[in-house]
Amino acid sequence: MARIGVFVCHCGENIASVVDCERVAKISASLPGVTYATDYKYMCSDPGQDLIKSAIAEHNLNGVVVAACSPHMHETTFRKAAQQAGLNPYLCEMANIREHCSWVHDDHEKATQKAIDLVRIMVEKVRRNHPLEPVRVSVTKRALVIGGGIAGIQAALDMANGGIEVVLVEKEPSIGGHMAQLSETFPTLDCSQCILTPKMVEVAQHPNIKLYTYSEVENVSGFVGNFKVTVRKKARSVNMELCNGCGLCTQKCPSRKIPNEFDRGLSNRSAIYIPFPQAIPNKPVIDRDHCIHFKTGKCGVCEKVCGTKAIDFDQQDELVNEEVGAIVVATGYDLYNISMDQPNDKLEGYGEYGYGKYPDVIDGLQFERLLSATGPTGGKILRPSDGKEPKNVVFISCVGSRHNAKGITYCSKICCTYIAKHGMLYKHKVPDGNAYVFYMDVRTSGKRFDEFWRRAVEEDGLVYLRGRVSKIYEQDGHLIVKGADTLSGVAVEVEADLVVLATAIVPQPNIEKLFQNLGISYDEYNFVTEAHPKLRPVESSTAGIFLAGACHSPKDIPESVAQASAAASKALILLSKPELEREPLVAKVNEATCIGCFYCLRACPAKAITEKEIKNRAGEVLRKVSEVNPSVCTGCGTCVSVCFSNSIDLEGFTDEQIYAEINSVIERMSVIQQ
Amino acid sequence: MSEADQGFEPHIVAFICNWCTYAGADLAGTSRMQYQPNVRVIRIPCTGRMDPLFVLKAFERGADGVLISGCHPGDCHYGEGNYHARRKFAIFRKLLEFVGIDLARIQFSWISAAEGGKWVSVIEDFTNRVRALGPYRAYQEISL
Repeated sequence: MARIGVFVCHCGENIASVVDCERVAKISASLPGVTYATDYKYMCSDPGQDLIKSAIAEHNLNGVVVAACSPHMHETTFRKAAQQAGLNPYLCEMANIREHCSWVHDDHEKATQKAIDLVRIMVEKVRRNHPLEPVRVSVTKRALVIGGGIAGIQAALDMANGGIEVVLVEKEPSIGGHMAQLSETFPTLDCSQCILTPKMVEVAQHPNIKLYTYSEVENVSGFVGNFKVTVRKKARSVNMELCNGCGLCTQKCPSRKIPNEFDRGLSNRSAIYIPFPQAIPNKPVIDRDHCIHFKTGKCGVCEKVCGTKAIDFDQQDELVNEEVGAIVVATGYDLYNISMDQPNDKLEGYGEYGYGKYPDVIDGLQFERLLSATGPTGGKILRPSDGKEPKNVVFISCVGSRHNAKGITYCSKICCTYIAKHGMLYKHKVPDGNAYVFYMDVRTSGKRFDEFWRRAVEEDGLVYLRGRVSKIYEQDGHLIVKGADTLSGVAVEVEADLVVLATAIVPQPNIEKLFQNLGISYDEYNFVTEAHPKLRPVESSTAGIFLAGACHSPKDIPESVAQASAAASKALILLSKPELEREPLVAKVNEATCIGCFYCLRACPAKAITEKEIKNRAGEVLRKVSEVNPSVCTGCGTCVSVCFSNSIDLEGFTDEQIYAEINSVIERMSVIQQ
Repeated sequence: MSEADQGFEPHIVAFICNWCTYAGADLAGTSRMQYQPNVRVIRIPCTGRMDPLFVLKAFERGADGVLISGCHPGDCHYGEGNYHARRKFAIFRKLLEFVGIDLARIQFSWISAAEGGKWVSVIEDFTNRVRALGPYRAYQEISL
C-alpha cells in the first residue's frame, strides 16, 4: 500500500512566481497513493528538510516526491534527508518543476498544469520504487593526471604530496607546457621559467610521481575509484636508462632544418633534439618524420657519437596499463589558427592579416619566444624576416575571440593583460620604439591586472587605439596596418615593422577524442563542461574525473594553479575512503526466465555481463544465463532494451516504472474530453 | 485540421537521457530561455535504455508527438548506448511506417549538456509541427 508524501518547493520566488505551488500540493494530495502533500518556501533548507523528515515519521510514508529543482541539483540532498528519517533513499524522487517548468514558461496556468503533471508522473514512478542498497566497491589509491603543463604539474604535486601515487602523462617529450615558452609573467614580470622549472624538477624527483613523457592516453575504461588506463609510450628511439643527456647527438645530427615547435617555428632544430634547455626529462628524442636514418636507412651519426650506446632505432611504441581511482584532465590549450587554411571546419581563418604570408606577422606565443632569453634571438627583439629591430610594433587584440562570424564567441580572457605585458617588455627592450594596440575593450580582470595595464599606458607609453584592423599588407618593407580609431572616429594607418596578433585560445586539436574516451562532456568548442557552473567547477560530468586549467576555458596561470589544487583536493577526498558507495541503479537478471541468448552481453558497453552456468546437484551444466557484475555495471540500461525475454531490468528505471510514467503522462480525462 | 480542433494544444512526451539532453534542458532553465509548455519529460539514464514500445505506449496513452533525445554520437556517457538507440530507431521507423504511424510525430535528436538553446529550438519546432498536424486521433481511437 503506497503512502507517498509530496513536497512542493517554492524555491523562494523561483518556482512560486510562475507555478501555483499551493494548488500543486492540494491536487497532489488527491492523487492515488498520496497520503500527504504540502508546499514550503525552501524545501532544501534545514526547516524544509525537517518538514520532510517529520512527515515521513508522522504519516509513516513509504515514498517521497519532492517537486523542486533538477534532480542533478538536489536529489542527493533529499535522498539523504529521507534516509535520516529512516526511509530508504531510493524511495525518494524529484519532479523538476524549476529548470523544466517555472524557469522556462511564463504562462502561470499552463506552468501550474505542467507542474501537476510532472508530480503525477513521479508519484506513479515512486509507487513502484523499491528499497535499494548501495553497491560497495574498493578504491584504487592512485591518480592519473593527463597533461604536464602548469595545471597538470600542480595537480600531480599536490596529490603526490598528499601521499597518493600519481601517474602523469604528457604527450610532448618534456613537461612544462605553454608556461615553459613564456618570457615573463604578468602582473609581476617575474620570469616564467624561473618559477616553473623548480616545480618541473620536483615532479621528476618525487617518489610518488610516475612520469610518462612523449606518451598519450590510449584508452580509459572502468568507473570512479577503479579506472583502467592504457598509456601509449611513443618510441623515443633513445634508451632513457642509458642516455645521460650529454646532448652530443643533438649537436652532431646533420638534419638541422626542422622548424622548432617550442620556438613556434622561429628557429630550427635537429632531428634528434631536446625540446628546450630545461626540459624534464632532459634527454633527447628522435623525430622520426625528419630523421635521415628513418627516411633513408643511412646516416646513424647520433648512434656513432653516443658514448653510452643509448640510441635505439628499433624501439617500438609501448602500451602500458595503469590502474587509478581518480583522473585529473589538464590538457590545456592551443592558439586559434589564423592562416587561410583553417584545419577546423567550424572556424574561419584570418587571411586579411596575412599570417603565414608575411613573416613579420606573428602570434602572441611567438612574441613570447622573441622576448625569452632562451628564445631564438636570445631575448633581443629582432623581427623574423630580416633580423632588424622593429621600431613600430602593432598589437591586435581579439583575433578570433568574440567574433560570431569566425566561429568563436567567447573572450579568451588573458590576451588583454598579456598584450599590455608584451608592449611593456618591448618598450623596456626598445625604449625608442613605438607600441600600438588595437583593441575592442580592455578586459584586464584579475588581481592587480588593471593597475598593470594602466602602468603600460601611463609609464611605458603604449598607444591604445579602440578599433578593429581591417587589413594588413606589405609596402616598401613595412607592414601597413589599416584600422579604425572609433574613439576619434578616424581611419588609422600604421606603418609597422612587426605585428603581433593576440589569437584566441582554443582547446588542443582533436582533444574531443580523448574526452569521448573518458566519457566526459564538452561544449561546442571542445572545452570540458564542468559538473555545475558555479558549485562544481572542477568536476567533470563523470564521477572521479576532475579538470584543471585551460582545457576547461581560457585561464591565466594563477587560475590554472588554483583549479589544479582544487581538482587535486577533490581527487584526494575521493581517494581517502577505503571503499566507495556506488549508486545501486544497476541491471539485474531474472535467471528463471533468461533464455541465454546473450544479446545483453554483446550490447553492454561496460562489459559488466558474463555467462553464468546453472548446474544441477551432480555438477552438470543445465543451461547458461546472463549475470551482471554490479560493481562494473554503469546502469545505462542498454541490455534491458535488447532483451528478448524481458529477463533483465534496470533498478531505478525498471520497465514497470517507465510504463507507469508513460501511462500517467497524460491525464486520461483530458484525452477523452478531446 | 477541423474547426473543433482550433486551440488544440498537443501532448508531447519526451524521453531524454540523463547526462546530455536532460542537462541541456536544465541549462535552458538556468539560462531562463522560454519555450512552449507542451512537453512532458520522462528521464531515462541513456537512450540505450529506450525500448521502441515506449513510443507506442505513449501514443496509445494520448501523446500527439514523441521526442527521443540523447548525447551526440561519440559523446555517450556510457560509451555507445546512443549508437544502440540510433540503430534501433532506424529499424523501428520502418516498422512504424509499415504499420501506418505518421513519422512526422516522432522526433529523434542529439542535444548535449551545453546545448540549452538547441533544446529550446527542438521543442519549439516539434511542438509547432505537431500542433499543425492536429490531434493524433487515428492512434487513440484504436487504443480506446
